[in-house]
Amino acid sequence: MAATTAVRPGMTTRLRRWEGLPYWLVLPTVAYLGLFFVWPMLQAFELSVRVGGVWTFDPFRTMYHDIKFGQAFRFTMLFLVIIIPLQFALALVMALVANSSIRGRSIFLFIFILPLGASDLATGLIWSSIFTQHGYLNTVLQGVGFINRPEIWIDPTHQTRILFEVIAAELWRSTALITVILVAGMQGIPKEYSEAAEVFGAGFFNRLRTVTLPMLKPAIQVALLLRIIFAFELFATVLGIVGQSTTTLATEAWNWQTGYLNPHVAAAYATLILGMSVGLASIVARLLRTKKEQLMR
Amino acid sequence: MIESPFGHRQVQAASCGTKGGAVHELTSPARWRALAAILAVATLAVVVAASAGPASGHATSSVTFMSTQLTPVDEQQSFLNVVLKGSPQSVSFVAASSVPQLTSRVTAEAQAGKGSIDLAGATVGDLETIAPYLTNLADVAKALKKAGIPASLMNQAKLGTKQQLSIPWMQATYLMAANKKALPYLPKGADVKHLTWGQYARWAKNLDAHFGQPEVGFPAGPTGLFPRFLEGYLLPSFTGHLVTSFESPRAVAAWLYLKNLWRFVNPQSLTYNFMQDPLLSGEVLVGWDHVARLNGALSQQPSNFVVFPAPAGPKGRGFLPVLATIGIPKTAPNPAAAKQVIEYLDGISPQAKTISAEGFFPVVAGKLSEKLGPGLLKIAGAVKLQQTSKDALPSVLPIGLGGQAGAYAKVFVDTFTRLVINKEGNPQGVLKSEGDTLQSLLNAAGAHCWQPDPPSSGTCTVG
Repeated sequence: MAATTAVRPGMTTRLRRWEGLPYWLVLPTVAYLGLFFVWPMLQAFELSVRVGGVWTFDPFRTMYHDIKFGQAFRFTMLFLVIIIPLQFALALVMALVANSSIRGRSIFLFIFILPLGASDLATGLIWSSIFTQHGYLNTVLQGVGFINRPEIWIDPTHQTRILFEVIAAELWRSTALITVILVAGMQGIPKEYSEAAEVFGAGFFNRLRTVTLPMLKPAIQVALLLRIIFAFELFATVLGIVGQSTTTLATEAWNWQTGYLNPHVAAAYATLILGMSVGLASIVARLLRTKKEQLMR
Repeated sequence: MIESPFGHRQVQAASCGTKGGAVHELTSPARWRALAAILAVATLAVVVAASAGPASGHATSSVTFMSTQLTPVDEQQSFLNVVLKGSPQSVSFVAASSVPQLTSRVTAEAQAGKGSIDLAGATVGDLETIAPYLTNLADVAKALKKAGIPASLMNQAKLGTKQQLSIPWMQATYLMAANKKALPYLPKGADVKHLTWGQYARWAKNLDAHFGQPEVGFPAGPTGLFPRFLEGYLLPSFTGHLVTSFESPRAVAAWLYLKNLWRFVNPQSLTYNFMQDPLLSGEVLVGWDHVARLNGALSQQPSNFVVFPAPAGPKGRGFLPVLATIGIPKTAPNPAAAKQVIEYLDGISPQAKTISAEGFFPVVAGKLSEKLGPGLLKIAGAVKLQQTSKDALPSVLPIGLGGQAGAYAKVFVDTFTRLVINKEGNPQGVLKSEGDTLQSLLNAAGAHCWQPDPPSSGTCTVG
């Protein structure tokens, strides 16, 4: 078998055409994304700043002055700030278990990722049946004698309680996604680094802090970006568990579109969500950018 | 060996007998993988295409019926599988998720001169906005003369014109329901069938004191009908009107009453969409809702519940009768078949099926059969009591709001949120600011006043 082929005159042209082939192959996908994602996105931007043919920021002003905007903004941001460290800590533990050499680790991974099959609305309804007054939580607590009569867990006058109920539901539903990403990242870390550290006397937590986590930075970056984007999309879980007891930015976008039939304010909310998602994601991507040498293993 | 376009892999060149030619040949496993992928995509495409059939159970439908009523999935299924079972024409039922979805579609088809909808079903107030695009159904009204539909309902179905632009289809209202366990805690001297709002508040307080938790509920969830309670029951009972007394001192009194009552209302009311569920589970003992959303509780446990008219306030017993009618757009592709469906739906048997399957009441004359069951008969009795009580103060659903219907409901929900949930300290100020919003949307819609407000010659004015 010849290692090289002599280049003949006709072959140069054919090779040049081949060089453009990747772009031709990608073109259908780009066209699809442009038509069904970019174009509607641009139309939504226009909806948020153009009312009756007139360019205006009125939809944003209406959004800002609406009585539910402050509550929606606060709830969404608090959710984001609290769930990220909690979920990452939990996902890291789950990933370490799934990546360890203990017996049955693949079964653990299977159990961990089961909740991923539930949609966010189904999750909301499941956890609603737990927290509702005659739900499972009160039944268990009354059964063991912690409470004498059913407690009202879904109470709009206790917004902190509602926040943690939603966080509990989201931890159950979506931690597995972070876990899977971290497991994939861990499996890409050569074992030699950890073994070398162990030889030099580093204990488990030391190896975790100095070897595993730094090497896991690319995977953590991806997982963090996804978590931030999903946090801003929080909607059906909240609706399913607590109904109108609280609200989020995505819920208000839905309300304005389907309930109040004002697509301009709905588009303003969507623009705000997009802007905040992109802004925070950019900051995270910058802070957690991976140096070139870390990628070379 | 030839470098692949992507520069990462070497593709083995094999001669196929051509002089000096280099021919690319995929290896066998790769070829089978490619064929398997193509087959999988093709299968998926066929499955998706096959499943994208019409919404109804019929392979082809001769009549398309779009309606703002019977939108919950179980109501749609009952309508298709029970009520329409003996229909002379096959019907494709399309539930409109919002009123503008129906009205804008009929309007657009009328302007285009070509339609796809044969029947448009909605409440009287909503159909009135598309009255210019509906066919005169005088011949259908004549054919239904023996059905005994009350003249008052036939007049309402004229949609404010002199022509019979729609035919009454079914009616409903909203009632109170209570578990019998709650009855011993009624205030002394109170009759559950003739309560006042003051007695109702004392009843709620007694229940809370005895059971140690709030036992009253309202459907204030995301898809609950709580705005109708505010618009048709609470405010008219205190003020005698709605829009024209929105900022009045009597309206302030109504909201302060609700704020006080809410101390004894289960906070989970903000999650309730259908009151039959918390009534059946025992989370609340007393509730208010649309009759179709109480029907489940009354049907499953008729001996445990009572239904009764909503309480009366200083100005009367406000209530909201809901009349749904059906019209035929002028651009209907099958008007003759559509008329047959209307005549069928107003027959005795379909009307009886409508009440038993949907919880909506008949518009035709006739005595309700005992076979309907004690639950539905109780509801029917309470409906009649509410309509015929001496202090009855009927309202109608908003008329002429068009695309502002959602914003209109938001005004009442926001007022409730600010005064009752957030407990803002200046009720007059809140009513003034929400009243300004209300006036803006009435101006945008050009809506005249509707019952219980007195008729207006121009746009309704907030007072």
